[in-house]
Amino acid sequence: MIPVAFDYQKAKTVDEAIAALSNGNSKILAGGHSLLPAMKLRMSQPSKLVDISSISALKGIKEEDGEIVIGAATTHADIASEKLIKNKLSIFAEGASMIGDVQVRNHGTIGGSLAHADPAGDWPALVLAVDATIEAQGKNGKRRIKATEFFTGLFSTALQENEIIIAIRVPIPPEGTKATYQKFSQPASRFAIVGCAVVRFPDGKTNIAFTGISDNAFRADNAEAALSAVIFLSDHYASAEYRKHLAKVYLKKALQAVV
Amino acid sequence: MSIKITLTVNGVKHTNKVEPRMLLVHYLRDVLKLTGTHVGCDTSGCGACTIHVNGKATKSCTMLAVQADKAKIITIEGMATHHELHPLQEAFNQCHGLQCGFCTPGMIMTAADFLTRNKKPNEKEIREALEGNLCRCTGYENIVKSIQYAADKMSAPKARKTKKEATV
Repeated sequence: MIPVAFDYQKAKTVDEAIAALSNGNSKILAGGHSLLPAMKLRMSQPSKLVDISSISALKGIKEEDGEIVIGAATTHADIASEKLIKNKLSIFAEGASMIGDVQVRNHGTIGGSLAHADPAGDWPALVLAVDATIEAQGKNGKRRIKATEFFTGLFSTALQENEIIIAIRVPIPPEGTKATYQKFSQPASRFAIVGCAVVRFPDGKTNIAFTGISDNAFRADNAEAALSAVIFLSDHYASAEYRKHLAKVYLKKALQAVV
Repeated sequence: MSIKITLTVNGVKHTNKVEPRMLLVHYLRDVLKLTGTHVGCDTSGCGACTIHVNGKATKSCTMLAVQADKAKIITIEGMATHHELHPLQEAFNQCHGLQCGFCTPGMIMTAADFLTRNKKPNEKEIREALEGNLCRCTGYENIVKSIQYAADKMSAPKARKTKKEATV
């Protein structure tokens, strides 16, 4: 399958990428593992791709002022294997290692996954559960968006037209925090049919987030109320009724893992 | 629009002008005529197109040729050295790790990347490492055995030539 023809520009800096985005129907290319499959199916037909994969400022993981800061173009594989993540934010290592397969994890990026906002993506539930903020940059400078305000609908986010994600910031959970990500995967693609991320803090406060079951990932700390209000997706992988059943099963599994 | 790319494939430097929409797998197969890399599902599911890009297992149907500019690429054609099979190629031969053979290049490239990270894998780890590769013949048992065989061979201490053999 061949995508529709497009122009290509490799950006060397974030500013250059943002400037390049302003020309019509342009898209950011990072790892390309969400965008290229959509372009091959011609569901996405951008007239220009702006490749940000060689901007080193967008890659890497560091600790800064009590937060873990992950560059938007950091791959799932790098997040899954990074010591700092394993030690201080293990749910990200656990979740990252469950995305797709090894070849996909070697190229797909956290920023790309969040910007794409697939209703069955894993990162949306993970960033929601850990109270992350998404740092974006556009023509008017940088801003931080709470994960809880980021996902606005099916493949839709709070990002403005010319904004790109530059980093994901996560407050380091206090010692004694327990967290897990449990998912029922579509067996071929390993996208989540139901994904449930739970973070339980030492004081008992518990964050719960779901992905895969509705138009967009969401927080469901009061799970009973949230699950009775949600409109469940129904497709050839799972009916709404089956998804509802699985949501309860995977919530239970996740809760049992953190108590 | 066409863009000049320069990349190293199996140790040989290539420079070509390509359309941005050309997929890396088509560049390898149609431009460089390296047809050992297969196109299976063409939707990043089956892993038949797996190659190494800068040392990492990569589905070349889900990467543009322009993204591989300046990269070092190894395909199945680059695995044997000096007419000597790579231990994984020998293993697939010895253990009957292929039936129709369509998935084999991808299986070997994924396994080669995996064995650099895990030199003494157990069966479960091998099966997990193959999560991105499908075999339509369902010949997984012997594929797993082949990778185990290669891992054992690659981690075994090299047999040293005896003095007598060395002088013959």
